[in-house]
Amino acid sequence: MVVVIVEFRINRRSGVPAFQQIVQQTKQALRLGVLVPGDRLPTAKDVAEVSAVNPNTTLKAYRELEREGLVEPRPGQGTFVRRTLARPSASTDSPLYGQLVAWVSRAAEAGLEQEDVVALVASAMEKQYTAGTETAVTTTRSTGG
Amino acid sequence: MGDGMYAGESALEAHGLGMRYRRGWVLKDCSFRLPAGRICGLVGPNGAGKTTLLSIMAHVLEPTEGRLSVFGAAPGSVDSGRTSFLAQDKPLFRRFTVAEILRLGQELNPGWDQRAAEDIVRAGNVPFDAKVGSLSGGQRTRVALALALGKHPDLLLLDEPMSDLDPVARQELMGALLAEAAEHGTTVLMSTHVLAELENVCDYLVVLSGGGVRLAGDVDELLSVHTMVTGTKDGEGLPVSLAHHPLVESRISGRQFTALIRPDSPATGPWETDSPSMEELLLAYLRSPDAPSLITPTAQVQDQAYNTRTVAA
Repeated sequence: MVVVIVEFRINRRSGVPAFQQIVQQTKQALRLGVLVPGDRLPTAKDVAEVSAVNPNTTLKAYRELEREGLVEPRPGQGTFVRRTLARPSASTDSPLYGQLVAWVSRAAEAGLEQEDVVALVASAMEKQYTAGTETAVTTTRSTGG
Repeated sequence: MGDGMYAGESALEAHGLGMRYRRGWVLKDCSFRLPAGRICGLVGPNGAGKTTLLSIMAHVLEPTEGRLSVFGAAPGSVDSGRTSFLAQDKPLFRRFTVAEILRLGQELNPGWDQRAAEDIVRAGNVPFDAKVGSLSGGQRTRVALALALGKHPDLLLLDEPMSDLDPVARQELMGALLAEAAEHGTTVLMSTHVLAELENVCDYLVVLSGGGVRLAGDVDELLSVHTMVTGTKDGEGLPVSLAHHPLVESRISGRQFTALIRPDSPATGPWETDSPSMEELLLAYLRSPDAPSLITPTAQVQDQAYNTRTVAA
């Protein structure tokens, strides 16, 4: 019937509550354009079956996404994506991403470890987004995981 | 699964439950409530009375005192809905084959879901023609769980359900169990020693120790009313300015202290605060039998405030 488009990966040892992981991973999928308006999110039963997560946890995450206007429940059908977070300039085929990939590969050539790269990126981001908006913080976390 | 899950209906209400065996009281003055549709972990040290409590709920044992209602009715009565109890020793007829056990489930339970039961057995590659007595512990658990879920119970009681399963089977059966709860709004109460197993699975907790309820309530609520404080030790013991907060547990090592408190006002000071994880919260209560009990409002039965303690024999 309906194809399940995303599957959540719940890390039990990360210290991040499962409901937050579901919110973050959904937003990440919306940002990358993996999920687009009209898509159906996995049901609480799907998530329970695949990841052994309490169905109430999934519903709590979906209510949070609904509050932010990203998804909407349709009675008897499931929860559907309402709007996307993808921006053309933030997609993986944008020139910005290409430049970033090239930069990461130069960093690797220069002998930097993964942690060094993460630290540099975090530091540069902090400098740029000094106002410290909540979005900037969430972005680093979800891309880091 | 609708809003019913958050409505106020009680799946279980224990009013002053007590159970006395020849060696003494195993449960004493247990009062708490479990709202319908919740998945609740029952935690406590060995001998805390978990199995006794589950057996009373399953109508296997009669309490010595107090009363219990299941969906507002006496356990075992028609109005108490369907209850499945998966006991620790998974009692099944050893000489029956797996197919015969499922057939029995079908004969005894109106509304039996043969496909759901078969799916659980099949997912573990358990042969249907094998005698129950020849199965491994994990396979027997799987068959017992198939029997419990095939009934589509309103209340599912599980005593140490996952103890003899390998990690893959554990994840898969926990998934099957939670999917069942998602689809049918089943209320689940399961005892376990493996605290990590409860994370992401339970949304409600009941902690038993010394025969009494130490902690009961919604997981998010329980976590949010506790604070983990870490700081540098200043003199002996905890900082004086922390002393007025109700303390669950404190530990001092070298120059550092950590404390789990239940602050009634924001605990600001020269220390770091964090919210505890479920495991930290449970361990702290299990290690500190003298910490004050906490039963959150949604977990209280109506007459709880007036309940008088009866004298133990």
